[in-house]
Amino acid sequence: MEKLVIDSFSKSYGGNQVLRGVSLRARAGDVVSLIGASGSGKSTLLRCINFLEHPDDGAFFFDGRLIPMVRDNKGGMRIADGNTLAHIRTRLSMVFQHFNLWSHLTALENIMLAPLSVLKQSKAEARERAQHYLDKVGLPPHVATAYPAHMSGGQQQRVAIARALAMEPEVMLFDEPTSALDPELVGEVLKVMQVLADEGRTMIVVTHEMGFARQVSSQVLFLHQGLIEEQGTPAEVLGNPQSERLRSFLHGNLK
Amino acid sequence: MKEILQEYGMAYLWNDGYQFSGLLVTLWLLVLSLAMGFVLSLPLAVARASGVRWLSRTVWCFTYVVRGTPLYIQLLIIYTGVYSLDFVRSLPLLNGFFRNGFYCAVLALGLNTTAFTTEVFAGAIKGIAYGEVEAALAYGLSGFTLYRKVILPAALRRALPLYSNEVILMLHATSIAFTATVADLLKVAGDVNAATYQSFQAYGIAAVIYLATTCVFIALFRQGEKRWLAFTRPRGR
Amino acid sequence: MFIPQGYAHMLLDGILMTVRLSLGALVVSTLLGLMMALAKISASRALYAIAALYTTVIRGIPDLALMLLVFYSLQIGLNQVTDYLGWRQLDIDPFSAGVLTLGVIYGAYFTETFRGAFIAVPGGQLEAGRAFGLSGWQCFRLIMFPQMMRFALPGISNNWLILVKATALVSLIGLSDVTRAAQNAGKGSGQLFFYLVLAALFYLLVTTVSSVVLWWLGKRYNIGVREAEL
Repeated sequence: MEKLVIDSFSKSYGGNQVLRGVSLRARAGDVVSLIGASGSGKSTLLRCINFLEHPDDGAFFFDGRLIPMVRDNKGGMRIADGNTLAHIRTRLSMVFQHFNLWSHLTALENIMLAPLSVLKQSKAEARERAQHYLDKVGLPPHVATAYPAHMSGGQQQRVAIARALAMEPEVMLFDEPTSALDPELVGEVLKVMQVLADEGRTMIVVTHEMGFARQVSSQVLFLHQGLIEEQGTPAEVLGNPQSERLRSFLHGNLK
Repeated sequence: MKEILQEYGMAYLWNDGYQFSGLLVTLWLLVLSLAMGFVLSLPLAVARASGVRWLSRTVWCFTYVVRGTPLYIQLLIIYTGVYSLDFVRSLPLLNGFFRNGFYCAVLALGLNTTAFTTEVFAGAIKGIAYGEVEAALAYGLSGFTLYRKVILPAALRRALPLYSNEVILMLHATSIAFTATVADLLKVAGDVNAATYQSFQAYGIAAVIYLATTCVFIALFRQGEKRWLAFTRPRGR
Repeated sequence: MFIPQGYAHMLLDGILMTVRLSLGALVVSTLLGLMMALAKISASRALYAIAALYTTVIRGIPDLALMLLVFYSLQIGLNQVTDYLGWRQLDIDPFSAGVLTLGVIYGAYFTETFRGAFIAVPGGQLEAGRAFGLSGWQCFRLIMFPQMMRFALPGISNNWLILVKATALVSLIGLSDVTRAAQNAGKGSGQLFFYLVLAALFYLLVTTVSSVVLWWLGKRYNIGVREAEL
């Protein structure tokens, strides 16, 4: 069953066309890696999926259903029904490059906030669930009451992943989750993501980590200047790159 | 409204027939008190920013008290309170000074701006990059010359935005002078109000004049910042 | 220094008046400031223009001039309105006039304080809120407001201290605050200097206590922030 289908999203900022008609299909359990150079449009595509950015054109299917969109007064497309948008956002969870943990809340409170306010859970339920996911990402109990400013980058990102998991989403979106981390902390985050992939979660990951893309993903999409240059399984795309551009990109990214 | 402007316009701006009045007096008060404040605050700021504890503390006491009490009360103390003391009235010099509303207003405003300006400048002095001072010391500059050539020019330029704020605040502060019988803008407004009972127009005109003057000052300071703080802006703008 | 009981009473009444006035004006100006700051950061050009006009005009005119303008005009204006509508004359008591005037004046300063605080909150914080499905109001209440307060506190404390000192001016529109009480006691007893200094000490006390309270509040709202070790 296809969880998420993006059909020909395009997006431009002023005169700059960032996405030129990009399509993406994610089935349940798919781990889709989006790779490409800076400015290729991969982050923009991801942010269009949960409508943090508004595509200029295209169609959007979630759980097999077409989601009706209307054009707003700035020319972008937005989901017609506000409630539908809110609902979709609760079924999608995002992990940001710069963590974006709420700095005035403890780790546990960060994880609990959305379930409490949006899913309307009780405090006890939310706390239990938060504790469960905090354990799951491998963080010791004392981190629960710490503030983001007192944690390492790797710890913060893992809390962010726990925060995303606590909403028990259908699809998880990762926007360059390890790009802002020191090299020695990257591993602990990738390990958690691998566990999630092994569990069969649907994930869409924008990443520069080719090792992760190769080992964990089921689909790799290579974007260049707003278009999908190549796509396929990791073996196809990364093992046997067809286009010159992809070859030189991979060469520059040899790890 | 037109009649009020025609009859009292000159009074609002510079002369009411007997004496200088209105905006002219307000600006004169401003200039005098700012001058006093600037001159006094330089040595005080140096003292306040210095490492000599008792010196810094003493100046701090002065600024703390003056900044922590309302200007209006300071004016009342100087104009009415001091004058009520017997020993002041007995000495002709003091008597003459404290009887005069204008002198008292300038003194009160001057002391007030001294306190605030001292803190502003002291902060700017303390905020100078230590590297710049080190370089000066390495080249043999010290004492008075060090302050005159390196520390104060840098500090004063950086203090410009805060000082411009202080000037605007002082302009507004002069409005209390009329309580000491000084013929400033609000005094004229009050007189017009008493004569015509058209309060809105009487005070409204004064308000507009204050607003216009404030805007002129802001524009002037913006030009000044452009010129003197050019070195802090990113290149290529 | 012995203060006769009658004067002590007068002074205490004055102190009470000053405190009530300050707190009342604080409430009005904070609420007004929040609203206008939201208007200034909103997408609506009309709202921005209104708020910008408000802050520019108010901050360009001295407090005292505004107070006198409002105080005298308000009563006359209200009389005209009630005459026109045929109602009985409504008298504005000086206290309400004082609270409203000070509230409107300092609302302009609080607007700038809150606006600066709003834009200091990193955008990513709110983005994460939206991404998790929080509504606009929830984002404001749970994320923006608590974080904004940390940035707003220095400005709030500054404005509060200036507001407290400005209340001394209400004696000029007839309110029996601590300044007026000190003047009356001083003139009556022939010890004007003494009572004025006493009034000054009262204000010094208020500003000192306020600074301590605000320092404590600063510590409380600074949780989760790593300050540079200076």
